[in-house]
Amino acid sequence: MNFLEQYNYWIVIVLMMSGFYIVIAHGNLIKKLIGLTVFQTSVFIMYISMSKVIGGTAPILNEAYKVYSNPLPHVLILTAIVVGVATTSLGLALAVRIKEAYGSVEEDVIQEKDLQQEGSQE
Amino acid sequence: MIDHLPILQVIVPLLAAPICLILREAQLVRWFTLIASVFAFVISVLLLQQVQAHGTLIYSLGGWDAPIGIEYRIDQLNAYLLILVTSISSVALLAAGTSLQKELTERKETYFYVAYLLCLAGLLGILTTGDAFNVFVFLEISSLASYTLIAMGRDRRSLWASYQYLIMGTIGATFILIGIGMMYMMTGTLNMYDLAERLPEVQQTKTVFTAFAFFMVGVCLKLALFPLHLWLPNAYAYAPSIATVFLAATATKVAIYVLLRFIFSVYGFEFSFSHLPLKEILVALGLMGIFAASIVAIYQNNIKRLFAYSSVAQIGYMILGLGIGSKTGLVATLLHLFNHALMKGAIFLALAGVVYRVGSVNIKAFAGLGKQMPWTMGAIVVGGLSLIGVPLTVGFVSKWYLVLALLESNWWPIAILVLVGSLLAVIYVWRLVEAAYFRPALQDSAPYKEAPLMILIPTWILVLANIYFGIDTSFTVGLSEQISASLFGVAK
Repeated sequence: MNFLEQYNYWIVIVLMMSGFYIVIAHGNLIKKLIGLTVFQTSVFIMYISMSKVIGGTAPILNEAYKVYSNPLPHVLILTAIVVGVATTSLGLALAVRIKEAYGSVEEDVIQEKDLQQEGSQE
Repeated sequence: MIDHLPILQVIVPLLAAPICLILREAQLVRWFTLIASVFAFVISVLLLQQVQAHGTLIYSLGGWDAPIGIEYRIDQLNAYLLILVTSISSVALLAAGTSLQKELTERKETYFYVAYLLCLAGLLGILTTGDAFNVFVFLEISSLASYTLIAMGRDRRSLWASYQYLIMGTIGATFILIGIGMMYMMTGTLNMYDLAERLPEVQQTKTVFTAFAFFMVGVCLKLALFPLHLWLPNAYAYAPSIATVFLAATATKVAIYVLLRFIFSVYGFEFSFSHLPLKEILVALGLMGIFAASIVAIYQNNIKRLFAYSSVAQIGYMILGLGIGSKTGLVATLLHLFNHALMKGAIFLALAGVVYRVGSVNIKAFAGLGKQMPWTMGAIVVGGLSLIGVPLTVGFVSKWYLVLALLESNWWPIAILVLVGSLLAVIYVWRLVEAAYFRPALQDSAPYKEAPLMILIPTWILVLANIYFGIDTSFTVGLSEQISASLFGVAK
């Protein structure tokens, strides 16, 4: 099997790992959310590409079309995209409120302020 | 009507949520939410009766039979957890009105109930559905709602806790999505029972192994298995008290249900435990969770966070029971699911009373509370004894079965470790008892009154349940044994 034959899966893996890396490595809350979105999108691409039949059309009930792609994963991923949008918007809303409450969207600043707050309560 | 119970179980809270938005008035919404939740509880009791009488219930959504349509399938395991979730939700809602008045502004209160009902609908959806992708969708509904619930806390740290939970929860859910996608790739079906039939044919492929691994890691993130528990302590500590009661008692339990369902009913015991070192991994992580989280709990000054860490430790016990891989071990897990919900429900509700009167859950604020709030502190002490596993409380019953299962498999060193773990619980519960009963009250403050009745009553309902199910074990043990036998029956 050719190494690049299934290049779509390689794209998925690269996207997934870079998204995951951004989530872990970056301290900025917005950047983390961008990483999370890239991470989720890679899975969407995986679903979409796995149901594609090469040379297939959309599933149309007609004598002329014999080979068609599986529509089910595409429908599933529509749902997952909606979930993804909801997650991202909730995350962004939280980031806005964190900015209001802490005055920053940097992880280390927030953690430092939390530590100070806990220290003053002791 | 009776035929449609499985769908009503989910649709009632799901439709009640938008109706709350129309009602707007916080007073109205409060009662409406309670009624919806009690209604869901009645449905779950009827469902259990149906299941006990007629066996597994199968409901095809919209009249489309599986595998084309989505199928809801209720067996004893589902019905058992449905009762647990709806009953705890109803009891927590009894106290919600009073507790939230102190912790939220009136405008926010309505939104709290909307998110609460959506979270309930999501959890019930996970429990009823027989479709793998549907599990993911409901999981996200309940997760998104719980992020919102947590972010409503008074302290700004609740925002940060919610954000962290959102990141980790979404990674977990995406892992589950990858797992489900790979299962679909290999079998071409999403129905759990079709999956169970078709997976053995392709069992030895790398894709199925990878799917299993992704799925398990995702679910373990959701159920806060050590070391994937980092989101949990802060989320529980800073969420509004009622949200903590509900989430601590139900959310992680539902994730454990997903784990059980996929290990036993979809992949089968044979695949899960024989081809992979799952047994060793679960036992090791369970034990590490018990010790690490209990030790961290001892050093917490925020009492809500203390009990949140204790939750991580208790999840360790459940996973340990599962990891033994015997019928008795599974019985211990199922019992502890139920019993832990009762203990933590009682403790966190009592803490809601403390927040109401004292406004703080720092250990210093507890000085002298034993005399000033005897009923509230009494509830926490009984809950604490149950956590330790003292006889006549539910905690004893589940620990007893866990040790029994360990001895049956000749794993007595681990049985000793479990007992040592219980001693750690003695230490952190004692710290609280010492502060409340043996330290003089702070001089500069007026004595606090007992918590309001509307918080005390639900708290004591759960405390009495703790004692009742600790003495009369026929319902919980009987049902757990039947479930365990049927799950192992499917596997063989």
